[in-house]
Parts: sequence; structure tokens; C-alpha cells
Amino acid sequence: MTCTLRALLGATALCAVGSVAAAETLTIATVNNGDMIRMQGYTDDFTEKTGHEVEWVTLEENVLRQRVTTDISTKGGQFDLMTIGMYETPIWGKQGWLVPLDDLSAEYDTGDLLPAMAGGLSVDGTLYAAPFYGESSMVMYRKDLMEAAGMEMPEAPTWDDIKAAAEAMTDKDNEVYGICLRGKAGWGENMAFLTAMSNSFGARWFDEDWNPQFDTEAWKETLTFYLDLMNNYGPPGAANNGFNENLALFQQGKCGMWIDATVAASFVTNPDDSTVADQVGFALAPDTGKGPRGNWLWAWALGIPAGTQKEDAAKQFIEWATSKDYIEMVAEKEGWANVPPGARKSLYENPEYQKVPFADMTLKSIETANPNQPTVDPVPYIGVQFAAIPEFAGFATQVGQEFSAALAGQQSADDALAKAQDLVNEEMEAAGYK
Amino acid sequence: MATQHARAAARLMNAPAVFVLLVWMLIPLCMTVYFSFTDYRPLRGVFDCCVGFQNYERFVSSSSFLSSVATTLIMVGGILAITVIGGVLLALLLDQPIWGQGIVRILVIAPFFVMPTVSALVWKNMFMNPVNGLFAYLWKFFGATPIDWLSELPLFSIIWIVSWQWLPFATLILLTAVQSLSSEQLEASEMDGAGALSRFYYIILPHLGRAITVVILIQTIFLLSIFAEIFVTTNGAFGTRTLTYLVYQRVLESQNIGLGSAGGILAVILANIVAIFLMRIVGKNLDN
Repeated sequence: MTCTLRALLGATALCAVGSVAAAETLTIATVNNGDMIRMQGYTDDFTEKTGHEVEWVTLEENVLRQRVTTDISTKGGQFDLMTIGMYETPIWGKQGWLVPLDDLSAEYDTGDLLPAMAGGLSVDGTLYAAPFYGESSMVMYRKDLMEAAGMEMPEAPTWDDIKAAAEAMTDKDNEVYGICLRGKAGWGENMAFLTAMSNSFGARWFDEDWNPQFDTEAWKETLTFYLDLMNNYGPPGAANNGFNENLALFQQGKCGMWIDATVAASFVTNPDDSTVADQVGFALAPDTGKGPRGNWLWAWALGIPAGTQKEDAAKQFIEWATSKDYIEMVAEKEGWANVPPGARKSLYENPEYQKVPFADMTLKSIETANPNQPTVDPVPYIGVQFAAIPEFAGFATQVGQEFSAALAGQQSADDALAKAQDLVNEEMEAAGYK
Repeated sequence: MATQHARAAARLMNAPAVFVLLVWMLIPLCMTVYFSFTDYRPLRGVFDCCVGFQNYERFVSSSSFLSSVATTLIMVGGILAITVIGGVLLALLLDQPIWGQGIVRILVIAPFFVMPTVSALVWKNMFMNPVNGLFAYLWKFFGATPIDWLSELPLFSIIWIVSWQWLPFATLILLTAVQSLSSEQLEASEMDGAGALSRFYYIILPHLGRAITVVILIQTIFLLSIFAEIFVTTNGAFGTRTLTYLVYQRVLESQNIGLGSAGGILAVILANIVAIFLMRIVGKNLDN
């Protein structure tokens, strides 16, 4: 081997080492919904700006949750960035599994994040994941049916308003049901709705000593009201209806009202899919005057697992993907209705975005939810429609099955609540809370 | 006749394949056994090796265990009954010389190619839905109140959906058996004055015995792990939670790997008991 060749090879090796140090390849786990898939299309823009490459691992929600949980708890190091929800973030942040995001650049403007979103993704005031998009829930109703009934939907209705409206709009002979709500069992299905609803009735999952509260009057009122509403004015088979089933019913014009995720607004107002697109009105989720409203709060956010070698590059990606610039780039290329909603204040101050019919109500709904104080009485957990503890998803699904069976008429509200109380109590004891 | 040498060589050549298969099966099984003796809850950051039979005790003593075993057995039994009886009848029907036989046979087999999640969604939303479903429409057409299938008759509905999927399999196997029956026997019995029913009972059914055994054994193995149909339709509510579904809930929803693994091992043991039981009773057919 000649000297020149050796020198060349050496130089090449040095170059290679140098370029590895400057440009990383980030492996990012993400969920397979529209906004995330859209982000993948813009990966080149990130690579151009920073020199870092990105490898995507796109998974369905349940699988994603399982994969990232395994990876982070075993310190597997498969992913440099993870897409996680408002449920995981506080749990993992508390355990020190996530890199705190307290040193993001000034131009990123952390203060611009909606307080409700930042609150749900923080532990003791420290942000552990940056919201990519967020949502709440609200009332979607048929303006034409309300008009025909001679009623008007207040912007901030009470549960009694909802009941009266449901009664007036129900026309079972013509297959129009006053109200469609989630009934399918699952912590992210009927329990998301019922937990948020229970907050507005003054109920809570646990008292400050982690005692389950299903034996309280407030929960009984919540469940009785829900069952009464659904049995009288809901569609048949509601105990098997989740988000998708209700969306289909509403789009076919079979629901007078539907209280569900704010992201549904763009589907029910899209004339290609919805027969009632031009008749949909929006209102805040109902309350009972006790303080909290019956709406939830959720965010899909990006977090960095602790111990990663590529922390800086990962932070650069977070700053790129959840920045104002990203939103503007998407708006410019695909229109304002397609930008990731619910994460930043500045988006809702933008006059262009204010023209989107549901923008205003989405923002108001998000702002009324407080994940740090979701209920009337104090609680020891973070989360509006869930309690951010590791055991929640498991027992909430079982409680959901009991409530779903009550909706199907297989047991009374009292039986369902008694069973819920027992099984949550048992799980909390097994988990060592008491 | 193989010589000693050839036999040894054959074993040697088979060894890698056997080894790979064993490892393939054994590693996951051993890991499940190992996890079932640990307190492993990833979301909590707990990993505590060797907690004895604690997980097994908790799994068996939980109120949902016995009901889930019962649900599993009812479901498997129900589906077997429908598919075997339906399969025999369909096989006899398809054996008749009819016009367009080929196309009819392909159509009958078609459900087998539909993915379980897809078929469950189609049945749930297009047929059994009490507002938009076809059954609801039929019921209303005849002036009756539509049945809310999945919450009023949840077990029956799921049995029906799964049976629809497995009927083609049973039919296909039984049809080949029916076709292998020599027509001379049937003709002879007919001449002797045997009616259609006695011909079926004394000649066709015994002839089908072996095929029915195969159908029952293979289906039982697959049916003990029904999952997608339950996940899509009821999410385990209304008493449709089978043992497999309970294990899924413990591992994925409760994120309790230890407890779920114990449940998984129990499911394997129970499945083996059922299999041995079946082999004893119906498997005898295979020996003759």
C-alpha cells in the first residue's frame, strides 16, 4: 500500500467519523394517523435544515404503545424519539424515563404552547414531551333539527339543556335519535367519555388517599343520567358504539347531537362524507354548574427517552416538528384545515385559521380542561378523562365493561357501580397504593 | 428398506430443521414460563425475578378467570356444533350434480379467505347493527322490533360470526370425504330398501367419521384462541371475554407481563387438556 493511498484512506475515515458526529440518523416511533403520516412527507425539509436523517417506525396506536413501553422500560434504546400520549408522559416523566424539555430554544417559544397541553405533558412544571397536536371534546349538533324543535343551543349548555334538546329532537320512527354517545367498553372508548362527564357532576376516580369513589352519590348521578339519556334518546345498540360507529350515524343524519372529539368536526362538516355537513353546529361540552365541564383533553406528543446518545438531534427534531414554522409550512402547501390543531396559541390567533368553522370552539374546549385539577374535589392524579397511573388502562377497561353491560340493560347502574368499586379497589391494593 | 446407515444419515439431515423448529417453539414458551414467575410491570418500572406462584394464584383466584374459561368452552363448543353439522349438510348438498357446481363451490369457500377482523366488522356494521343492519331492516319489514344482536345475544352473535368463517373449512374437508364414498354401496343399500335417512346414518356418517375428527381437532386448536372477532365487536363486554382475551387484557391493557404470562401458560395447559380429552374420545376414529 502506498503512502498516498494510506493517507487517502485515513482522510476518508476521518471524514466519515466527522460526518457521523455532525449528522445523526434518528429513529422515530409514531402513530399511523393522518397528521403524523403527513409529517413524514416533510422529512426532507428537516434533513435539509439540520443534516440529520430520519427513519420512521409507523405503528397502530395499541402496537405503538406496547413497543415504546417495552423499549423505554427495558432501556432498549431502539428509538431516539417516541410519539406518546398525555397518558404516558406524566407517568414516564415522573420515573425519569424521559429527557426534560426545559432548554428548548427561545425562538421555539414554549410559552406559545396552550397551557392545558403543556400542563398535561408536564410533571411539577417541567415539560417532558412537546405536543404535536391536541384535541378536546365538544357538542356537535344539528342546527336544522334544533330549529324545527324551536330551540336554540346555548354556547355553553348544561346537561339539562342537552337532555331537553335530545328529547325534542328524537324521532325514533324516522330513525333520528336525539343523542349519540360512546357506549363501547374500553378505557379510551366509553370510559374516556364517562370519566370526563363525571368530572362535571362532581365525581372523581379516587380521593386523595387513592380510595375509589364509585360508591359516591356523584358517580351514581353520572351513570344514572347517562343511562337515562341513552335509553330514552339514544340509538339502539349504543353499547357497541365507539367513535367510528357514532361518526357514521351522525354523518347519515341519524343523531341530533354527538359529544365527542374535536377532530371529528372536520369529518362531519366535510360534504364528501357527511349528509348533514352544512347543518352542524358546535357548543362546549355540558356542565352542571359545579365548575368543570364534561370535556376531555388529549395530545399526541414527541418525547425523548432518557439515556439516548442523540439527545441534541432529537431536540432539533422536536423543535422542527412542533414549531410555528412547521404549521405554516403545512398551511402553505395543504391549506389551513390540514395543519395539526390544538397545540399552539398562535395558531388560534391566526386570522386565516379563525375562518375554519370549528377552530374557535376547539380552542375554547381545550382551554376549559385542566389536567392538573380536572374535578371539583382535589385528586392525586393528572389527567382529565383518565388518571395517569400505570394501572389505569387495565382496570378502566374492566369498569368500562361493567358500564357497557349496564347500558345494554344487563345490569342496573347500582350493580355496575358496586362491581366497579370492588374491582378497582382490588387492583389498587394489588398495585400497592393502599 | 432403509439401512441403518441411511437412517442415521436421514436423522442427521433432519436435525437442523428439527432443531430450528424446536427453538422456534421453545424460546417463546420458555420466556413465557420465565416471565410468569416474575413480577414484571414495565409501566411501573418493576422487574422482580422469581416471585413463585404468586401470579398463578392471582390469575386463578380473580373473579374473571372461571367465567372466561366457561365462555371459551361455550364458544368453541357452539362453533364446532354449527360448523360440523352445517358442514356435513353442505357437503352432501354440494356433492349433488348441479349446474354451475364449480362456481357454487368457490362461493361456498369464499368466507375462509376473509380476514377475521374484516368479517367481524362487516357482520357488526352491515348485518347485526340495530339501526343500519340488514337484519334490522328485515325485522322492521315484518313489523318486528330489531334485535340488538351484539348486546342482547353477544355470545351467540360471535359464535355465528366465527362459524360463518369456519364453515367453508369444514365443508371442504367433509366434501372430499363424501366424494370418496363409493356409490356402489349406496346403490346396493338403496336396492335393499334403505331410506335416505338410514343410508345417511348407517353408511355416510360412519364413512365421514374420520373427516369429522380431523375437522374437530384442527378447529379446536384454532378456536381456543379466538381474538379478533371479540376485539372488534364487544371489546370483551357482556360476558364475551374468553381466556385469550383475558390474557390480552392483563398483558397489554394492564401492562402486567407477569400476570398475563401466567394466564398464557394456564391457557396452554388448559388447551392441552382439551386436546388430550378430544384425542381420547374422538381420536380413536383415527386409529381404525
